[in-house]
Amino acid sequence: MIKVENIHKSFGDTHVLKGISATFEKGKTNLIIGQSGSGKTVFLKCLLGLFEPEEGQICYNGQYYSELSSKERRNLRQEMGMVFQGSALFDSMTVEGNVMFPLDMFTKQSKAEMQDRVDFVLKRVNLIDAHKKYPAEISGGMQKRVAIARAIVMNPKYLFCDEPNSGLDPKTAILIDNLIQEITQEYDITTVINTHDMNSVMEIGEKIIFLKNGHKEWEGTNKEIFKTDNQAVTDFVYSSELFKKVRQMYIEERN
Amino acid sequence: MKYLEAIGKYFIMIWEVFKKPTKWPIMKSLIFKEIDELIYGSMGIIIFISFFIGGVVTIQTALNLNSPLLPKSLIGFATRQSVILEFAPTFTSIIMAGKVGSYITSSIGTMRVTEQIDALEVMGVNSLNYLVFPKIVAMFMYPFAVAISMFVGILGGWIAAVFGGYAPSGEFIEGLQLDFDSFHVTYAFIKTVVFAFVIATLPSYHGFYMKGGALEVGKASTTAFVWTSVVIIILNYLLTQLLLG
Repeated sequence: MIKVENIHKSFGDTHVLKGISATFEKGKTNLIIGQSGSGKTVFLKCLLGLFEPEEGQICYNGQYYSELSSKERRNLRQEMGMVFQGSALFDSMTVEGNVMFPLDMFTKQSKAEMQDRVDFVLKRVNLIDAHKKYPAEISGGMQKRVAIARAIVMNPKYLFCDEPNSGLDPKTAILIDNLIQEITQEYDITTVINTHDMNSVMEIGEKIIFLKNGHKEWEGTNKEIFKTDNQAVTDFVYSSELFKKVRQMYIEERN
Repeated sequence: MKYLEAIGKYFIMIWEVFKKPTKWPIMKSLIFKEIDELIYGSMGIIIFISFFIGGVVTIQTALNLNSPLLPKSLIGFATRQSVILEFAPTFTSIIMAGKVGSYITSSIGTMRVTEQIDALEVMGVNSLNYLVFPKIVAMFMYPFAVAISMFVGILGGWIAAVFGGYAPSGEFIEGLQLDFDSFHVTYAFIKTVVFAFVIATLPSYHGFYMKGGALEVGKASTTAFVWTSVVIIILNYLLTQLLLG
């Protein structure tokens, strides 16, 4: 579980995060949504420890990040997996090399043990024949799956995803969403996803936080988002005609 | 003020490079990869340029020593001094700043743009150590490349002198041995080691701290080349004054 207590983050005169508090539960897919510039990426980077908030605390399973020594912070980082927007795979390494990298770097496993683990996670993300291929030789969807495999290879307690569906076709996007949700439940990890994708919100949003201008504007589930009267949320989520109709149908169905 | 800030940031980066080292088996393979990329991959251009510049230095010297009172051995002497003192260590370093420096900036810059550096940081890897340290170690092989450059430059001079009819082989070789001071070679290698460090670290700095997209990677490479060349020229002056002045 990750507990965020009233965090503030500024860059120069720009106050990006203005006192956000939230709790991200274990075994659930937690979504952060909001318009561009609302502070989602900065918030995610604070959760990852890449940015340190000026005020407030972030607590990982009872450990306050600000109270950890640099060694403890490094150890905590090894319990985190991250799927970047552009996958961020290492160009010079094969798919197998990318997935093996954290194991090679931080464990004392034998080559055979590492190979077994890599084969297992690649199979888990449905990538069986791509071991020896380079990132440039595989599709965007496959790159995302390799990134997920790399993120879970160390058995993380926390999984962070920055817009995992961006640049993917709708079918592949759903596959990636489902894969993340399955992994979250299967390994009982705390997953936080930063997304713009409303399909993801509807499909896997077990907990949703809506950010607006650096504030937490709304919090709820994918069921509650249909019922909310919050104008900022409805303007954002139901900005397309399609989703307006989906909401209308949902309300009519309930009545 | 901006430049002072950049200088400070550069030295902080150097400090960070040596903190929290990467596991030795991984680092070893990275070092060998960088030696192959930065040194071995540059040998072709170094040999090619050294050979022809050595020849040109000889021809220019011969054409300017047209008095019958001056011995032909001076052509060999001048070639040796030019090649060992300046051409091999400094001129080759400027070429390396272009070839190797732009490679370093663009490869690290591309990693920054594509979030690969962020990925390393999130995993808890000291990205500066992982990316820059192997380049620094690999560039310590650079004096070997400069030694080859010295040899090939003088060989180019000898071929130009003998086959161009500017000086007989015996007199040219006599000139090469004339008044030889071994400290000149030491001086050249001291300069080379300093330049090697600059060529490894300054372009890394420009790549690592760049912001923006693909266009900025290109701009950063150009800026890195300009600044690496400027620093090499200034250090060349200071080291010459310090060691020979």
